[in-house]
Amino acid sequence: MMRHLISAADLTRDDAVLILDTAEEMARVADRPIKKLPALRGRTICNLFFEDSTRTRISFEAAEKRLSADVINFAAKGSSVSKGESLKDTAQTLEAMGVDAVVIRHGASGAPYRLATSGWIDAPVINAGDGTHQHPTQALLDAFTMRRRLVGRDAGIGKGLDGKRVTIVGDVLHSRVARSNVDLLHTLGAEVTLVAPPTLVPVGVESWPCEVSYDLDSTLTKSDAVMMLRVQRERMNAAFFPTEREYSRRYGLDGDRMAKMPDHAIVMHPGPMVRGMEITAEVADSERCTVIEQVANGVHTRMAVLYLLLGGNEPAVTHTRTEGN
Amino acid sequence: MSKILIRGAKVLGGEPQDVLIDGAVIAEVGGGLSAEGVDEVVEADGKILLPGLVDLHTHLREPGREDSETVLTGTRAAASGGYTSVFAMANTFPVADTAGVVEQVYRLGKESGYCDVQPIGAVTVGLEGQKLAELGAMHESAAGVTVFSDDGKCVHDAVIMRRALEYVKAFGGVVAQHAQEPRLTEGAQMNEGTVSAELGLGGWPAVAEESIIARDVLLAEHVGSRVHICHLSTAGSVEIVRWAKSRGIDVTAEVTPHHLLLTDELVRSYNPVYKVNPPLRTEKDVMALREALADGTIDIVATDHAPHPHEDKDCEWAAAAMGMVGLETALSVVQQTMVETGLLDWAGVADRMSVKPAEIGRAQGHGRPVSAGEPANLVLVDADYRGAVDPAGFASRSRNTPYEGRELPGRVTHTWLRGKATLADGKLA
Repeated sequence: MMRHLISAADLTRDDAVLILDTAEEMARVADRPIKKLPALRGRTICNLFFEDSTRTRISFEAAEKRLSADVINFAAKGSSVSKGESLKDTAQTLEAMGVDAVVIRHGASGAPYRLATSGWIDAPVINAGDGTHQHPTQALLDAFTMRRRLVGRDAGIGKGLDGKRVTIVGDVLHSRVARSNVDLLHTLGAEVTLVAPPTLVPVGVESWPCEVSYDLDSTLTKSDAVMMLRVQRERMNAAFFPTEREYSRRYGLDGDRMAKMPDHAIVMHPGPMVRGMEITAEVADSERCTVIEQVANGVHTRMAVLYLLLGGNEPAVTHTRTEGN
Repeated sequence: MSKILIRGAKVLGGEPQDVLIDGAVIAEVGGGLSAEGVDEVVEADGKILLPGLVDLHTHLREPGREDSETVLTGTRAAASGGYTSVFAMANTFPVADTAGVVEQVYRLGKESGYCDVQPIGAVTVGLEGQKLAELGAMHESAAGVTVFSDDGKCVHDAVIMRRALEYVKAFGGVVAQHAQEPRLTEGAQMNEGTVSAELGLGGWPAVAEESIIARDVLLAEHVGSRVHICHLSTAGSVEIVRWAKSRGIDVTAEVTPHHLLLTDELVRSYNPVYKVNPPLRTEKDVMALREALADGTIDIVATDHAPHPHEDKDCEWAAAAMGMVGLETALSVVQQTMVETGLLDWAGVADRMSVKPAEIGRAQGHGRPVSAGEPANLVLVDADYRGAVDPAGFASRSRNTPYEGRELPGRVTHTWLRGKATLADGKLA
């Protein structure tokens, strides 16, 4: 395993499969009466959040605590950062307090990479979302969810997502989730199609390992998973699309559209969902929608990442993985 | 006043000759000149002798950001890089938009003694793009301003740009435009393309530069004025300038050394030392810029020397200041990208880095031929030198260079300003 987790693009197929397999082991812990492993006892992990994110922070915190780590939560709001302290000084201060790993969420793309590579600190860095760049643990939990649903909980062990067709819909331009998922899903063998209005597709997307379509309906029938992205309502003022109603009509997922999907296909969303605009309540509340599973799987996956980066020299998985899958 | 004999120098890269400096002027150029009565002999040993370099685009930061640079430290850096004249950009604090501020910068340059400093006046009050600054008063001041620019910001209002172009005709001034359409570059942090898409950094599209250049050359044509385009960075910009020149429009353009060498691929490091405005572009753009400088479409090399203190760069990309220092490495980068690639000879370098910038900025006594009777503004270059760049040795107060540890060819060994050595054997006088 690598020392830091900054980008989903940095993961080899073996790394990614190992994390997913380890996450399955971690998921079994959640079924126990006492949901705790001693793996990170005596280790201190700091959740360094420069940007608000209750969901991701709590997920990391739950994962850390289930591994028996000591947890420090740092929110930039109301801290020394709001008095002008730099990322470098903040990180060095925390490391001086004996932090063994830093989980960082930052509004600036590349901030975790800088933290990991500039010599400011020695501790491993885990990217919990940076700007519009990457959110690798989100991609891992999404892949974990897909593998469980589309390949099978036990049948998926040791495997990727070869041949699975994933459609990612919405604000790709501003989405670190989309970037991370394209990278990881490609590594795991899936075929990815991005669907968005042209204004929300980044210039330069042609170098990504995926297809791009502006037509949602034509992609639904051949999708094994449809991942809806959040559209920030404030973007409507920036002329990315004319109105909420038009966006919803062209790129929203409702019951009629869901009916076009193959029976086994699932609907995903990184949350929080904007019901009515990007996804209707009918879809969000259907059995095919995996939003709640994704949240639970986020804890398992983050446990796996923390364990593998910080824990031991040996994988937590107990079986032998099949080669070549 | 002393006499200096430079022996065996390749003037503009030609055959070795001797050059006799007498006081502030070149007294004689020829073979086998006598050292009798000479105060100092400099053995050039085949080094290249060029007219002192002229930089039409320098940020000296004084007044207001003396923690980054001062006129004194900036001109010492200029002398180290072989420059005898620099044009100081107007985006200081306060902005150089009045006769008082430009005279202050001019006076500080005189006092430094390392380099002639010609202040550039702001086009608009406070660089706000709303109201013309007192262009005439700045021209008539002791500083004699000839170049006007809101650099750092674009004069984006077409009417204001038109009026500025028209107004400076009265005294032969030129407007130097920082071509950046502001709406197209909101939130921009690097070149828009495959790398920005991957890194999730806001894209600065080429068309934001090209559309302003296209507009401004047409405005210059319409009002019969001359316009200078700062730091061209895209292949498309080159095409527009080429078209404008073919049409007879009075346009000149500059390129920075870093846009001749570096590409946006370097931003993958997220190291803010590569954060600059306009941003580093693609390999295709770099090649187009080199060709355009070689064929004269781009007239000059200008450094856009932009010093920033360490803390403004030792941070995450989004928080970092834009710009890089360049005075002390410019000639080496041009040697590597233009001379060693066969695109320019040393006479061409002298033209693009001394003669033409002096002409555009009306820098009196600079960019002159290396011949008898001309001012002794000269630079001696050891073109055979190879070495890694060590910013610790910079004279600039700031060290934000992208070349730290990178091997670049060439080294300036001597600089003379009106016959007085400002740099001798690589050491500041």
